[in-house]
Amino acid sequence: MNGSPYILSERNSVTVVMLKVLAALVPGIIAHTWLFGPGILVSLLLCGAFAIGFEAFILLMRGIPLKPFLSDGSVLVTAALLALALPTLAPWWLYLTGMFFAVVIAKQLYGGLGQNLFNPAMVAYAALIVSFPVYMTQWAAPQYLANHTPTLLEAFDLVFSGGGSISPDAYTSATVLDTWKTQARLGKAVAEIRGLPIFGWAGGRGSEIVALMYLGGGLLLLWNRVITWHIPVAFLVGIAATAGVLHGIEPTRHADALFHLLSGAALLGAFFIATDPVTAASTPRGKLIYAALAGFLTVIIRTFGGYPDGVAFAILLTNVAVPFIDAYTQPRVFGHRNGGKT
Amino acid sequence: MNRKLYSFNGGIHPEGHKDVSSTTAIRSMPLLARYVVPLRQHIGTPARILVRAGDTVLRGQPIAAAEGYVSTAVHAPTSGRVIAVEARPVPHPSGLYDLCVVIESDGLDQAAEFLPMDWKALDPSALRNRLRDAGLAGLGGAVFPSYIKLNPGAARSLDTLILNGAECEPWITCDDRLMRERAGEILQGVAVMRHMLGARQVLIGIEDNKPEALAALRAAVVDGEVEIVAVPTVYPGGAGKQLTYTLTGRENPAGARSTDIGVQVFNVGTAHALYRAVILGEPLLSRIVTVTGHVARPGNFEVRLGTPVRDLIDAAGGALAGASGEVVGGPMMGFDLEDRSAPITKAVNCILVKDRAHFPERPPALPCIRCGACARACPARLQPFELYWFSRAKDFGKAQAYDLFDCIECGCCSFVCPSHIPLVDFFRFAKSEIWEREQHKSGADQARARHEFKEFRLEREKQEKSEKLAAKVAENRAKDAPADLQAQAKHAILQAAMERAMKTREGIAPRNTEHLPPAVEQEIAAIEARRHAAEATDH
Repeated sequence: MNGSPYILSERNSVTVVMLKVLAALVPGIIAHTWLFGPGILVSLLLCGAFAIGFEAFILLMRGIPLKPFLSDGSVLVTAALLALALPTLAPWWLYLTGMFFAVVIAKQLYGGLGQNLFNPAMVAYAALIVSFPVYMTQWAAPQYLANHTPTLLEAFDLVFSGGGSISPDAYTSATVLDTWKTQARLGKAVAEIRGLPIFGWAGGRGSEIVALMYLGGGLLLLWNRVITWHIPVAFLVGIAATAGVLHGIEPTRHADALFHLLSGAALLGAFFIATDPVTAASTPRGKLIYAALAGFLTVIIRTFGGYPDGVAFAILLTNVAVPFIDAYTQPRVFGHRNGGKT
Repeated sequence: MNRKLYSFNGGIHPEGHKDVSSTTAIRSMPLLARYVVPLRQHIGTPARILVRAGDTVLRGQPIAAAEGYVSTAVHAPTSGRVIAVEARPVPHPSGLYDLCVVIESDGLDQAAEFLPMDWKALDPSALRNRLRDAGLAGLGGAVFPSYIKLNPGAARSLDTLILNGAECEPWITCDDRLMRERAGEILQGVAVMRHMLGARQVLIGIEDNKPEALAALRAAVVDGEVEIVAVPTVYPGGAGKQLTYTLTGRENPAGARSTDIGVQVFNVGTAHALYRAVILGEPLLSRIVTVTGHVARPGNFEVRLGTPVRDLIDAAGGALAGASGEVVGGPMMGFDLEDRSAPITKAVNCILVKDRAHFPERPPALPCIRCGACARACPARLQPFELYWFSRAKDFGKAQAYDLFDCIECGCCSFVCPSHIPLVDFFRFAKSEIWEREQHKSGADQARARHEFKEFRLEREKQEKSEKLAAKVAENRAKDAPADLQAQAKHAILQAAMERAMKTREGIAPRNTEHLPPAVEQEIAAIEARRHAAEATDH
């Protein structure tokens, strides 16, 4: 028996929250399919299936009822985010390994839903990029660059048996951030790099459209009050400010702020990854500090680090600081002077 | 009219369901054969019994008198015979029994003599004592003895007197109907309050979902000295501190009284009761109670205190088929009624009969995902999910450091939680647990102080014996022993020991717990049970 209140906000549950997040990803997924081919659908499907498999397996081992926890939808969000962060058309075991890290290591071994310190999808991404760097840089080429964009059936074939006759060069290419990194290392100037066909009006040709779709989905989440403005705004401001300063100092070497905002996982991260409530800071001021720090680290890692994109590492690093940030940013309680203490 | 209003953090917008009970006029109830009147109907010390079984009483005759400072009198709701003074079920979350006077009605309903009070001429202190003897207590639910709150203190004046007609709880409409039908009487009570407190301004805050009540009061205001303010409909806009903030922008400092910020808040029902007590001389014998939900003829009733809930539900046409229990109070802050024979008391503003369609079983709780929905809804600007983790882990020190005792248990967090965690249950549990521990500790400290003093006394006696012996020896040798000095030293040692004991006792005085009613002790058992239930649903 429970005490009051005896009423609940209608249609509000963890499942609804997670379904809203998944729905907000749909515009990005459609754009991705349209611009890069149906490969993404294969990786989404595989990640989802593996995720449910691992989750069910661990829940069974822990003796926890399957139904409420499988139907909460959280594992599908993790799966979707990892699938969108990974190259499509990679071998099936890459997705399997990724979901193992995400669901088993990063989520369930910490105690399951709500207990993990680190964003599961980002733990998996970090583990994969450290372990399999080659596979992680072979992204499906945008349709306008590819000699041939694999159909859905061919995508399945590629994922499960390596495709046989088709050479990976025919359908993969480096990402914009990757290209930027290698070209900048070669000492090429910004203007020269920006002239390459993979670049669009601000970020990567094609991928910038996908990024804008994530932005649109993110605004839907904001409008639906699934997330608050603090994290996306602070994260993007953190990126823009850091990139802007670097670009201002050496405009010939460092890309501008808009490029950083529209390439890689910046917008996906801002609205869908950094906002993961379990692993993000929770106080209003804490969210601003946490996300601005993540944005700053993202550009620093992109610019000076060894990996092309820095979103995953930046978020994991700031995840570590969350308990500390939260402890020192408690809001002023009603009737108290400051800091929530009398 | 164009007063600047302030909005507090969070709050929720649950379905009101007000029109279920607000469309019909206040009804009276037939005289019953039996009334059960508890002696503890207010916050503070239970009233002291004045009657014995076999005594005959008149309507309005005191049957129990105020005992100590925080207390107030209790009166017979009708004329008849006292047939028992015994423990009976009372409307309390614990479901425990409490001492009640059972009165068998003689059917005549003969009234004692009611003497109106000459409130303008009467000495303020004498007037307050008469209000105490009239049994006045806050009818908004807190039932704090009103005469104490009507003391302006040394300042002799007050900046703002607020009348609370917000009635933010869903389903409840007793204040709404009272304001619609008896606006003039309320304002007469308010005039007395204003006089007693020397209030500079008077504001009546009413949520804007009650246009008829707003209009009725506005029409009844004669001198324009009272401002009727429509406040936004947001739960818990009628909580004292929140309404004060909405109307004045002033936050009641934690652990302080509202008078520290120049504000005193009364429920409109209390003003009406004050009118009856002062102008008519009639003590508090009845109150308006909403009976709503799954009953045949929901509405509001003028109910004599001591009326068994069962009879009240019958007066509303009885519960409909499929009723799933009764709630005392509203759905946000009320509690389950254990026994329908429990009587209506000064604190009961609503009997809500539940059904499964409107009040479904709370789904099993999932783990907290720290989404912060609770924090966004919290009118006290707390972080309920943090308090939840601490309460669950029984890390009560941390819970207190995160200001658990600023929680007003409004239920907003539990209402919005997507994981369906009964957060408020955890907070009630943690509070009572902390309270109990403090009690334990102060008990233990007292015992230790007693023990130490005993040791000290034994030691002193031993010393005194040997000193006497030595003195005798010395007396035999010379007669110049400084006995006075020794006595002084002894006295100083004793004094120091007493001071130490006092200090330790003061040091452990419970922080933040001053506002807990003494009845909490009885609640502990119930909360313990709830905690087990909550823990069971938590996994």
